[in-house]
Parts: sequence; structure tokens; C-alpha cells
Amino acid sequence: MEKELIQLIDISKAFDGQMVLDELNLNIHENEFVTLLGPSGCGKTTTLRILGGFTNPDKGRVVFDGQDITQIPPNKRPLNTVFQKYALFTHMTIAENIAFGLKIKKKSKSYIDDKIRYALKLVNLDGYEHRMPDSLSGGQQQRIAIARAIVNEPKVLLLDEPLGALDLKLRQEMQYELIRMKNELGITFVYVTHDQEEALTMSDTIVVMNQGYIQQIGSPESIYNEPENAFVADFIGDSNIIPATMIEDKLVDILGTRFACVDTGFGTNRPVDVVIRPEDVILVEPQEGIIQGVVSHLIFKGVHYEMEVQACGFEWLVQSTTLFPIGKEVGIRVDPFNIQIMNKPESEDEEAVIIDI
Amino acid sequence: MKTIAKRIYIALIILFLYAPIGILMVLSFNESKTRAKWGGFTFKWYIALFQNEEILRALFNTLLIALASSLIATVIGTVACIAMNGMKRRAKSILMGITNIPMLNADIVTGISLMLLYISLGIRFGMGTILLSHITFNIPYVILSVMPRMKQLNVSTYEAALDLGSSPLYAFFKVVFPDLLPGILSGFLMAFTMSLDDFIITHFTKGVGVDTLSTKIYTEIKKGIKPEMYALSSLIFVTVLTLLVLVNLSPADKKKTD
Repeated sequence: MEKELIQLIDISKAFDGQMVLDELNLNIHENEFVTLLGPSGCGKTTTLRILGGFTNPDKGRVVFDGQDITQIPPNKRPLNTVFQKYALFTHMTIAENIAFGLKIKKKSKSYIDDKIRYALKLVNLDGYEHRMPDSLSGGQQQRIAIARAIVNEPKVLLLDEPLGALDLKLRQEMQYELIRMKNELGITFVYVTHDQEEALTMSDTIVVMNQGYIQQIGSPESIYNEPENAFVADFIGDSNIIPATMIEDKLVDILGTRFACVDTGFGTNRPVDVVIRPEDVILVEPQEGIIQGVVSHLIFKGVHYEMEVQACGFEWLVQSTTLFPIGKEVGIRVDPFNIQIMNKPESEDEEAVIIDI
Repeated sequence: MKTIAKRIYIALIILFLYAPIGILMVLSFNESKTRAKWGGFTFKWYIALFQNEEILRALFNTLLIALASSLIATVIGTVACIAMNGMKRRAKSILMGITNIPMLNADIVTGISLMLLYISLGIRFGMGTILLSHITFNIPYVILSVMPRMKQLNVSTYEAALDLGSSPLYAFFKVVFPDLLPGILSGFLMAFTMSLDDFIITHFTKGVGVDTLSTKIYTEIKKGIKPEMYALSSLIFVTVLTLLVLVNLSPADKKKTD
């Protein structure tokens, strides 16, 4: 891992007596794509605004490249932000928008012109210099906002849900664009989103937040495959979260049936939660399964079928490319390494939430 | 049939609204001195008007007061809007209410209370007191027209400017001000019109010997109505009408050029 560029140390922030961030600690490395992921109100945008200098923390320090920048105003920080609603200057042309920061830094005309051309090429909008922001589509405006930020050669680019206003197809395209830009520019991206798919696609590191606390920090794979608590498991993708008892190392009692697993160190006969991803639930003929149940719901999702299976008093969410019709008796099997054991939630913010999509 | 009825109806409304002023304007071009008969077309009352030094002095006073008071009120009102925008919702709505009261208040009440204030403070009546009064009653109109623009403002453009390295002041003039400009302009024009138009408040706060057009007309009429006054009133009407049309057009114009 490359060297640490930003440290957030014991950051706390309250708005009108409401705690938004509570002693948050976070290290961001050079050249890393970090995503702050969580539901609205989890403190992710506040964290970004504290980084950008738009919000002052009540407590704690922001250290950038070894230097304390907590009290430095946004216009003196070596970071640039891409705002959620683009925030383009509507009375200026695209070129003037992009040149805004460079003019303040008193760069020469030829330098600015070169930069404008380079930035527009980078965001695939060559020739748009003299257009007005209003005449561009949402996706184009967002790319101009990115161009306007990167011409200043920031060490870190902060992005606040930049794709939130775009439709699905455009969002996916922009995700690839962002990854490409990040690789080309070699700068650190700090990205805020509530969209777990976006986070999984683009990030080197995902920081899952809820109610002002960091729930888990890790690579997309580790966040998805080894969620540390029910909140993370539930927020990142669909999952079956089942109360269970850890009998001993590598053996867990789920709904009265013993399953082999790979986790150790949870002690003996301890209540835990297990997470099983719906695509890891294998449906087989009844006699071949570890437990038996009946299919109760069936939806075609395109890539796969999504089924609900009633078994041992629990509704199992199952994703499979093989169709099992409603009412059919099935057996359920789960491979030991697909059973993720978690401690029971110790506080409200670690609990699973119901998210309306 | 229906459309014809509609048109007649509108024509009637306009007729009732503008007939008195229309007659006034027609009479201002009347050769004959009596109001009863048409003696032929003439510009002589307009010429006489512009040879009357007292009236020209009053006209100059009016324009000076209108320009100065609306400029100062525009600055104060705009700054007030910026401050109110940063306030908590409750404080903001209370303050908005307070600034709206002078507009709803009867002019005569505002006029008399301002007069009493100047007397109790021992301020000498004259151009200064007229100016102060006009600034006072103009500020709410500026706030009224700038505030909606302020609310539409995208806060993140200001933050984006800061983010790109500009100082707060530079960010305001470069990014926020252009967005507010249509509101500020129409506020200025509205204040200018209100000042141009005012009689009652000026009447109570002007000193002896200082006159604006409206108070001048009032004194002249007491001596008997001269046709020059028709000409003057017509001119004021046309000016105010033009300004009002400008006020109402400017935001729409802005949208079109956008």
C-alpha cells in the first residue's frame, strides 16, 4: 500500500445537537479510490465536506500530507470537489468554467488553453469550449464539473454522489470513465455514494458508514464476502441474515440444523448471526439437501431467478439460474466457505436495515 | 362569439382604467386653455413646461432623489438578503415579516412617523430628509425582488468557486452576483419607480422651498390648474409606465437569453 495521504483523527460533528459523526478515524492512501458508502444521514457527505473544508468539525483533526489543515479554508486546500448537482457557473461558457481555478492561480493564457483542451479530451467532450452549461445533458455537465476540478491538478479529488442524478445506463458508462480517469491521472479519489453497486465497481477501498460510525473498511471483495456485522451484510447486496448458534470452531447450528463452516474464534455455544448470500444458497432435490423447504415466491430478474424458500421457519432468499416452480419441495445446501459468521449487533447502528429501493 | 365577448370585456376594463389618463394626455396637447373644447393640436404646454425653472428644478430633485435612494436601497436591500439567507428559518421569516410591514403600512402613517422622527432627532428638513425617507420605503421593494432569486440560488456554485481557490468575496462577485443580478435590477427599477411616484411621504418630510415633481404639481394645482400640469403629469405617467414595463420584462428577458 502506498503512503498515507489523509488522516481524519477523532472527528466529531453535531448539527443542532444531533450527532452526525462520532470520533471518526480514517486513513486515506495516496492513489487510492476510497468510497464512503452508507444510507442517507450516515455522515458520509459530512465527512467529505470536512475534508473539503466546507464544514468545520466540532472536534478532531484533518491531516493532509503530514500537515494539519483543520482550520484552513476550502480555497487554500490542495483538494478539489465535484459536487452532487454539478454546480457549474451557468453564466460562463464551458471554457470559462474550466479556466476558473487556473485564472485565480494567475496561470498564463497558453497554459490555460492547453489545460482546457487536455481536460475536455480527458472527459471526451472535445470541442465544447464555447457551449453554455445549460445546453449540455446531465452526464455532460457532470463531466465538465470533473474537468473543472482536475485541471487544478489536485492531489485528491472529492466526489459527492456525482452520478446520483444520471440514469442507469449513463451511470454505468460514467463509472468506467471515472476508473479510467483515476488510472490516467494517478490521483486519490474520495467518492461518496449510497449506491452499493457503484461502490463495488469502482473502489479500491470501501468505507461502510451508518449513523456516524464506520462499520467496516475493506476491499470490495472483503466487504461483500466477509461483512463484519448485519448492517454491512444487509446494505451491501441482498443477504439472508439468520440467527444461529456457534457450537464450536467450524460448526454452526442454523435453525436447528448443524452446518459446517470455516470460521473460528467465536467460542462455543455462542449466539451469532450468519450471513448467506442468496447466490450461495444451492437448491437441490429434497433428499440431497441439508434442510428441506418449499418454494413460495418466484421472480424472473433477467440474469437469474429470484426465489423465496420456506424452510425451518425462515424465508430463504435464493438466486439461481435454474428454475424451481412455486410449491415445489426442494433441498437446501450451502458450501462451508459461503457461511459468514458475525457477532450479534452490539448497538443500533450495526443492525440490519430495511432499505426501500 | 365567445372570443369577441372576451375582447370587448378586456377593452372595457382597459378603457375604464386608462380613460382618465387618456383624457389628461389629450388635453395636454390642447391649444385651447379651457378643458371644455378642443382648440387644435399643440406642443406649447410642453414647451412652457420646460421653460418653467421651478418645475425643472423639481424634476431635477425628483430624478436625483429617485436615483440616489434606489441605488442606496438596492445595496442595503441586497446585503440584507444575503444576511437573511444565512439565518435560521424562524429568524428569517420574522425579519421578512418586519421588512414587509412598511409596504403594507399606509403612506401617510410612514410619512408622519418619519416626520416626527426627524423632528425629535432635530434633523433639518430638506433634500437629506427626503432622501432618507425614500431609502427607507424603498428597501422592502428591493428585498422583495431579490429574495426569491436568493432562494433559487444553488449554494454549491458558491462552494465550488471557493473550492477552485477563489476568496469568498471574489466568489460572491464572480458567481453569486450574476445569478442575483436580474433580481437586483428589477428591485432597483421598482425602487426607482416608487421613489419617482411618491407624494405623501415626500410631502411630510420635505423642507420649505424644496420640491419634487409630485409636491410641485400639488402646490401648482392649489393655485389653479394650468395645462402645463397636464403635460407634466403625462410625462410622469409615461415614464413610470415605461419603467414598470421594464421591471416586468427583465426577468423574462433573462430567461430567453439563457
